[in-house]
Amino acid sequence: MSPDVSTPLLIVVPLVAGLLGLLLPQGARRPAALLGVGGAAVALAAALALLPNALPSDRPGALAWRWAQFGGLTVDIALRPSLTAAYVALAVTVVALAVQVYSVAYLHDDDRYAPYAAQVSLFTAAMLIVVFADDLILLLVGWEVMGLCSYLLIGHDRRLPEAPGSAVKAFLVTRAGDVGFLLGIAVLGVSAGSFRVGEVLAADHGPVLLTTGLLLLLCGVAGKSAQFPLHTWLPDAMAGPTPVSALIHAATMVAAGVYVVARLHPLFAESPATLAVLAVVAAVTILLGALAATAQDDIKRVLAWSTVSQIGYMTAALAAGSTSAALFHLLTHAAFKALLFLAAGAVIHAVGTNLMSAMGGLRTAMPATFTAMVVGLGALAGLPPLAGFWSKDTVLVAAAAARDGHGPGPAWAGLVVWLAALLGVAITAWYATRLLLRTFFGARRTGEPYAPPPFPGAAPPHEPAAHGEPHDPPALMRWPVGLLTIAAAVVGLLAFVPAFTAELGLVEAHLDVNGVLALGLLALGAAAAWWRWRAAPAADPAAALGRLRPLFAGAFRIDDAQDLLVVRPAHALARFARRADERVVDGAVEATGAGATRLGVLLGRAHAAAVPRAVAAALAGALLVAVVAAVVGGVA
Amino acid sequence: MNALLIAVLAVPAAGAAAVGLLPARLDRAARLLGVAVAAVTLVAAAALYRPGGAWSGYGVEGYDVRPWHSVDVPWVPDLDLRFHLGVDGVSYPLVVLTALLTLLCCAYTLKHVPEPGAGRKLVALLLALQTGVLGVFLALDLLLFFVFFEITLLPMYAVIAVWGGARRRRAARKFVLYTLAGSVLLLLGVLAAGSGAGTLQLTSANFDGGVLVFALFALAFAVKSPLWPLHTWLPDAHTQAPTVGSVMLAGVLLKMGTYGLIRVGLGTAPDGAERLAPVLGVLAVAAIIVGSLVCLAQTELKRLIAYSSVGHMGFVLLGIATGTAAGIEAALIGNVAHGVITGLLFFLAGAIKDRAHTGELAELGGLRETAPRLAGLLGFAAVASLGLPGLAGFWGEAFAVVAAVQVGGPLWTTLGVLAAVGAALTAAYFLRLLRLVTHGPAATPPLAGITRAEWVAWAPLVLLALVLGLAPGLVVDMASGAVDALTGAAR
Repeated sequence: MSPDVSTPLLIVVPLVAGLLGLLLPQGARRPAALLGVGGAAVALAAALALLPNALPSDRPGALAWRWAQFGGLTVDIALRPSLTAAYVALAVTVVALAVQVYSVAYLHDDDRYAPYAAQVSLFTAAMLIVVFADDLILLLVGWEVMGLCSYLLIGHDRRLPEAPGSAVKAFLVTRAGDVGFLLGIAVLGVSAGSFRVGEVLAADHGPVLLTTGLLLLLCGVAGKSAQFPLHTWLPDAMAGPTPVSALIHAATMVAAGVYVVARLHPLFAESPATLAVLAVVAAVTILLGALAATAQDDIKRVLAWSTVSQIGYMTAALAAGSTSAALFHLLTHAAFKALLFLAAGAVIHAVGTNLMSAMGGLRTAMPATFTAMVVGLGALAGLPPLAGFWSKDTVLVAAAAARDGHGPGPAWAGLVVWLAALLGVAITAWYATRLLLRTFFGARRTGEPYAPPPFPGAAPPHEPAAHGEPHDPPALMRWPVGLLTIAAAVVGLLAFVPAFTAELGLVEAHLDVNGVLALGLLALGAAAAWWRWRAAPAADPAAALGRLRPLFAGAFRIDDAQDLLVVRPAHALARFARRADERVVDGAVEATGAGATRLGVLLGRAHAAAVPRAVAAALAGALLVAVVAAVVGGVA
Repeated sequence: MNALLIAVLAVPAAGAAAVGLLPARLDRAARLLGVAVAAVTLVAAAALYRPGGAWSGYGVEGYDVRPWHSVDVPWVPDLDLRFHLGVDGVSYPLVVLTALLTLLCCAYTLKHVPEPGAGRKLVALLLALQTGVLGVFLALDLLLFFVFFEITLLPMYAVIAVWGGARRRRAARKFVLYTLAGSVLLLLGVLAAGSGAGTLQLTSANFDGGVLVFALFALAFAVKSPLWPLHTWLPDAHTQAPTVGSVMLAGVLLKMGTYGLIRVGLGTAPDGAERLAPVLGVLAVAAIIVGSLVCLAQTELKRLIAYSSVGHMGFVLLGIATGTAAGIEAALIGNVAHGVITGLLFFLAGAIKDRAHTGELAELGGLRETAPRLAGLLGFAAVASLGLPGLAGFWGEAFAVVAAVQVGGPLWTTLGVLAAVGAALTAAYFLRLLRLVTHGPAATPPLAGITRAEWVAWAPLVLLALVLGLAPGLVVDMASGAVDALTGAAR
């Protein structure tokens, strides 16, 4: 199929499915499921049809329609069906289809399934707009609609008292970043005289303007891709149903920021200062996310923090100057993170809680889920030959090259990301092992959850209650998990497909000192967790963290800092503004009115005089007029 | 086509008289007649469109007005007063918006008559109001413009003072006195501009008002728009006005201020506008920030939406203040979008208040349990209002920021940044509103579903919010020629 047809189709079909779905009555399960699954399936087919016909990255071209013109600035609906975009779109549509199918079973007793399925479709369409957009304003449309859909879906579950708050937080934190994103687009677009990506890339912006514009864009990227310090919304987003977490974490939303930086990377490569900032952010994010993941008891929160950390690897690759490594890791991460969330959903579905302290020993009861989880966690930790191994290796190679001064950014930035990435490997292995052991091995536990010290937005257990003994999920949930298990196992082998490596510009896969080092650290981390668990299978290996455990569990209390530094001052300022507006601004108006009335009363009283005084006043007035007339007349 | 222009004004004027004079026993028939009159007016207004007709370009003199249609007859020849009407790409969207909102309000009044009843009189006043507003948008004679500007005050006063809430008289009095004070300045401005140019016809190229003329106009229109800190009549008026009153006030009346600033302010005093632009820009951004902050701490539904208008009109005024083609076009679409979206928001707020018998945010809650469709619509309107890309509100706000960045320099860049921050604050207070009103446990027993009259009144606005978001060119493109002429004169 020609890209002229398949690319618009890819976006329009889920978009229309979503809009139609919103019009359905809430309880209309069957048509809603048909629209949701059908829309995702058609989009997947269109993505497959696009793949052989897509434009290689070195060939220019885009489909474009004039959208609007503001003064001399035009906005186009422009789509660029590049091969890279086609790969990412494939990942998006596969995950979307898996999520839609899985949700049919997972939300089988939800009375608001219809809007849910429609919102997932819209979410998919919005992400696909971001992927194909060749105009920054169009990209912004997809970008923000995704933010809205995440808000709606995170707040979906009405039984959770914290869900509305988490939803608002997700939208507002990303929207705060988008202040920068919009300004960045404005700066670069005005400088280039056009919002078309090709023209923005080709324009000569000058170093100061370029760095300003890119740093502004990075604010938005940090918000969407959950990078420090705007990552705080992502763990709380776990209030959304588990399939939504899979969607947000794997293929949409968090991937969008990374993708946009990759798309505009030629500009970033010209601005070492921006890359240095990106490197520091990436390094902090990798370690922050990984450390926070070590101390969580909620299985979804472990995965959420692992997403923060893994997205950090992608931005690390971008900071090191390698879009190929970033995009490769984006694709493999999409596969294994979607798998991990859907498998975790199966576990939660079976035991009726999110807390690992109430799990354990599920290996025999849920063999299929166990296999899926092993593959997913292995891929996450970077165990060869699973997907994550290959992509993480390319990230490390890129970081090492940057460390040696072969990247576009400063060498010290390369060193920072290289160290953080290596350290992250060990920590990731540790928490992945802990998750596996706590969930599937040892004896069944039923209670006594470890209660971390309270921090804003903590999610209590909330998933559907279990009925009887835990068992593998129904077919509609098992099939997507199975499909993603295979993907997470083999998608890393794309590194050996010449067409793929040529398009992304990926270096050939090979084992060097970085790889060996990483494998050693992986073994070290996993062994540490296992050794600890082996000594006391009933205890949580996280106890080894000692006094750091509450700090890690509370993710370094950045939430509190955000609350103290932004939220509270904003509310205080709002209350002040309201009072000032009512008392001072409106007070002046009211006082003017009241003053005029009072003056009128006073004058009225002065005129209500008795006859003698009135006559005297009239005569005095006449005298005054005569004197004035005489003086004026005399002068004239 | 000149007959059409006359008809757009004459039909609602005659309709108002007819509807108002019908006896009480024909109340329902009178209201039906009102709807028919409003519908005819809408058709006539829409028919004014001339495809490809632009307010074309740069004449030798610079500022050259060429309306699509015009009527120009002497009125008081000795004073060079003319009954001069015309429509072009700047006024056309507002003319249609006015006719549409009036029709929707009249249709809504078929079923929903606020206390103390006598719906035919309310409809008659709405039609009279419409006549005045359409006159403002069509007038090309400055004094005629002023006359229509004043005519709108009386029906609006009556609507608030008779059909309003508990403190209606006070709010109506404040509205009238405050905006009358603005009108005095407008009259002074008209006289100053007219005596300077030797003509009152806006089609003339002779206007070259300076700082004084623009300052007079800016102050007068700032009261109407309203621009911070001249806005405090608005929350009181909105809170007390009946639903249809609020819709007309936000959707149509405020637009006279921004339209006047573009057509009369920029048109007659381009030099003054350029000199005072920084002041206007700073105040506009202050309106955005203060308006959003007040909304964040607001506790009453209608008051919150009223204050949100202050913020939104701040974006429109920022666009005008930049003086660039991009900024003014952003202001035009922002103007129309605000009319559509805030009109819808006031309809919804009225419906919620009528059903729950309270507008206090603390006493509402769980609307998605008690009235899911209403909650969905409120969510849509709120999201449209916070400027979600893809819906109508986005273009005006985003391109006001882009235009400020485009002007460049430390001042305008700062203004652009602050305006963008204001957009984030807008999201914050609308999400707070949704969280308090739609989420959480149900605070009231299940509310009545949406009636057919309500669907009829709301559906066009929902649709327009979506259509203008997807096709902003509908408004922007037809105005581009006129805006080029205007900025060509200003630069």
